[in-house]
This record gives sequence, C-alpha cells and structure tokens, in this order.
Amino acid sequence: MPSVKIPKKSTFVDMTPFVDVAFLILTFFIMATKFKPEEPVEIKTPNSVSTKDLPDSDALQVTFDSTGRVFFSVLSEKDATVKYNVIKHMNDTRNLNLTEAEMRNFVKAPAVGVPFSGLKQLLAVPAEEHKNYKQPGIPLDTLGGELYYWIRDAVGTFTGKQLKYLIKGDNEAKYPAFKQVLNAFKKNEIFKFQMITALEDVPAGSELDIIRKRQKAEGN
Amino acid sequence: MASIEEGGGGGHKKGPGVKKAKKLSTHLDMTPMVDLGFLLITFFIFTTTMSSPTTMELYMPKDTDKDDEQNKAKESGALTILLSKDNHVYYYEGQLKEDASNFLSTNFAGIRKVIIDKRKAVIEAHQHDAGCEKIWAKNNGDKKSCLDKDLVVVIKPGELATYKNTVDILDEMTITNTKRYAMVDLFEAEKTLIDKTEGR
Repeated sequence: MPSVKIPKKSTFVDMTPFVDVAFLILTFFIMATKFKPEEPVEIKTPNSVSTKDLPDSDALQVTFDSTGRVFFSVLSEKDATVKYNVIKHMNDTRNLNLTEAEMRNFVKAPAVGVPFSGLKQLLAVPAEEHKNYKQPGIPLDTLGGELYYWIRDAVGTFTGKQLKYLIKGDNEAKYPAFKQVLNAFKKNEIFKFQMITALEDVPAGSELDIIRKRQKAEGN
Repeated sequence: MASIEEGGGGGHKKGPGVKKAKKLSTHLDMTPMVDLGFLLITFFIFTTTMSSPTTMELYMPKDTDKDDEQNKAKESGALTILLSKDNHVYYYEGQLKEDASNFLSTNFAGIRKVIIDKRKAVIEAHQHDAGCEKIWAKNNGDKKSCLDKDLVVVIKPGELATYKNTVDILDEMTITNTKRYAMVDLFEAEKTLIDKTEGR
C-alpha cells in the first residue's frame, strides 16, 4: 500500500520554564500580599492628592460609615500590648466589669462600635464573628459623647509616644457626623488629624502640579 | 506534558565485565503541581489590595470666643465656599450682601476656577508689604508668597454636604496651593439662603 508514514513525534512539551515563571509570580504575590484587617463595616474612602503613607502603629482610628455609625480602633501592628493596655485602662476608668478573656478579645477585634453599656456583650462574642454582630456605633453628641472618653482614655495609656489620629469616613457620610467626630477630638485638645483617603492624580497644570514638578527637578 | 528529561547519550562505553544498569525514566509529571501553583496565584491575585491608602492632614484651630484670638481676614481677600446637597457648591466673595446679589452657584468642576480667579484678583490688588517680605526673607521663603497673603478661603459645609464633598474641597485647597483656609459652620442667613435656592 502506498502510504506515507508520518514519523510520530513526542507530544512532550518541556514545561519547566513555564513552571519557573509561574512560581516566581506566586512568590511575588505571597510576599506582596498584606491582608487588610477585617472591619465591621465597609468604608469607601474619598480620594485626595495627598501622598502621605498610612501609619500602622501608634495611632487611634475613628471610623464612621454612611449612616453615621462611629467605630473606634487602636492601630498597634508592632506591639499588641498597647491595645491591651488601652482596654485595661478603659475597664478601670469606666467600670466596665470586663473579664480577662473579654479584654483579650478586644485586642483581636478590628474595631468596636458599641456604647459602653453594650461593650461587655460585644466582647463576649469571639472577635472573628464581630462582622456579623450588628454594632450600633459609639454614641455621639455635639460635645463628643462617649467617643470623647474613648479618645481620652486611649491617649492616657500612650505616654512618651507620638500618637497619630486617623479619621476614616465614608464618601456618603454627612458632614455633621464628621463634625461630631472632630468635636470629640477637639474636646481632648487634639487639633491635628489625618484623614484616610485613596490616592488620586494631581490635575495637570494646577498650582500643586507645578510645585511638585519643581520639587522633583530640584531633588534630582 | 511537563517533564524533566535527562540529557541522554554520550555515555562512554563500558567494559565487557560491567553489567548494564537498567535505565529508569526520569520523566516526571508536573501537571498537578502546576495546577496547584496556578490555583494559589489566582487566590493571591484576588486577595491582594494593591492601592495602599494615604492620609491627608487636617489642622483645626482651637475654638475660641475671644475676639482678639480669632484670625482676622480682609474682606477683599475673603472667599466663602458653601457646600450643600447633591454636590452643589455656592460661593461669594467678601461679605454676603443684603440682597444676596453676590451669592453664586457652581459645582465641584467649576470651583477650582473660582479659587484661581480670586487668587489672581488678590495678587493684582496686592500692595507692597515690606513687613511680610522681611519675614519671608528671614525664613528663606519665597517673597511671592506675600502676594496672596490676603486670600482666605472660608469653607462652610452644610448639613447635607457629604464627607466626600468636605474632603474634596480641602483637597482643592492643596491643589490650588491656598495656604490660608478655615472650616467653619454656616450662618443662619446663609442656611436660609441655600434653603430658598434649593426650594425648601
């Protein structure tokens, strides 16, 4: 039979370089990933042209969502005892009657947004389940409300450290909510804040754009 | 399929007494490993948050009732910006007139031009101020900064303005390089005026 015999070629493809690259990418992502702490509410922050980085330690953060609920958290990436000291101090000054386990639970909790009266109840729930726990927010009024005490007592435990005050607000939150948060800080004689925003490009040709370009040119 | 192949051939001849070892295949099926690798890559891609948040500084003055502690602003250099609902922006220069004829409306796209124009006007009206220039020269500053020293922007967010509006307008101050600005509450007269404009 006149048939042409096609030589059978191996179907093996050497995947080694491909695998190498894949694992390289995998390594990159593992290194670059920083799990953001789970927060009890989702906040969409506004944009700004500011380029200052967010501190991860020695900072108090007040978060308010679109409905005006206010949450309080202590950022202490480097040293967890800081957070423990805060709640211990709170427990003493506000007579919260928290148990040791509940205070340890506070350290694990990302943020709290309950009145003092409801704090014991919240901390009885494991920190991992806080996001399913409906938190009403820290009560506020024009004089600062309970947030005033949170800030005062937290500041009291940070001695000899430069504390930063972060405010994280939702795009849709109304201005009075923001003002009340500011008032609580102001009553504590704190006038310097950092508002958490997302990075945005500087509009081309604006005054700031010209200044930044000049600074860059001078720096080189 | 994935494989590691042994570079074959080229082995030197063995003597007659040497037994030939059976050659085992070094082919290795890497497919499951690759599958797992890509699964992990996908997982990390989805969980990674690339844009890190930044912070914007805000300095608030201490509340004071004492007249001599309050900052004074020249009327000619004052620009008041009022924020209201649905991203509406109102502004007026100097004092609000009785008949509200200088009460104007714009939006966030237009407010930058208003600030820039006001700044130009203030620089044009600037009169030589040796005192200010002296201070700036001493601090190795830019003498030009004296030109717009009379410009003061007063920001008054209304109760219906959102937090985003507030941050946007503060951002606008940074963008236009306005050094003197203040955030204060609305006056009653302004509140009624906005209510009237918006038909409430």
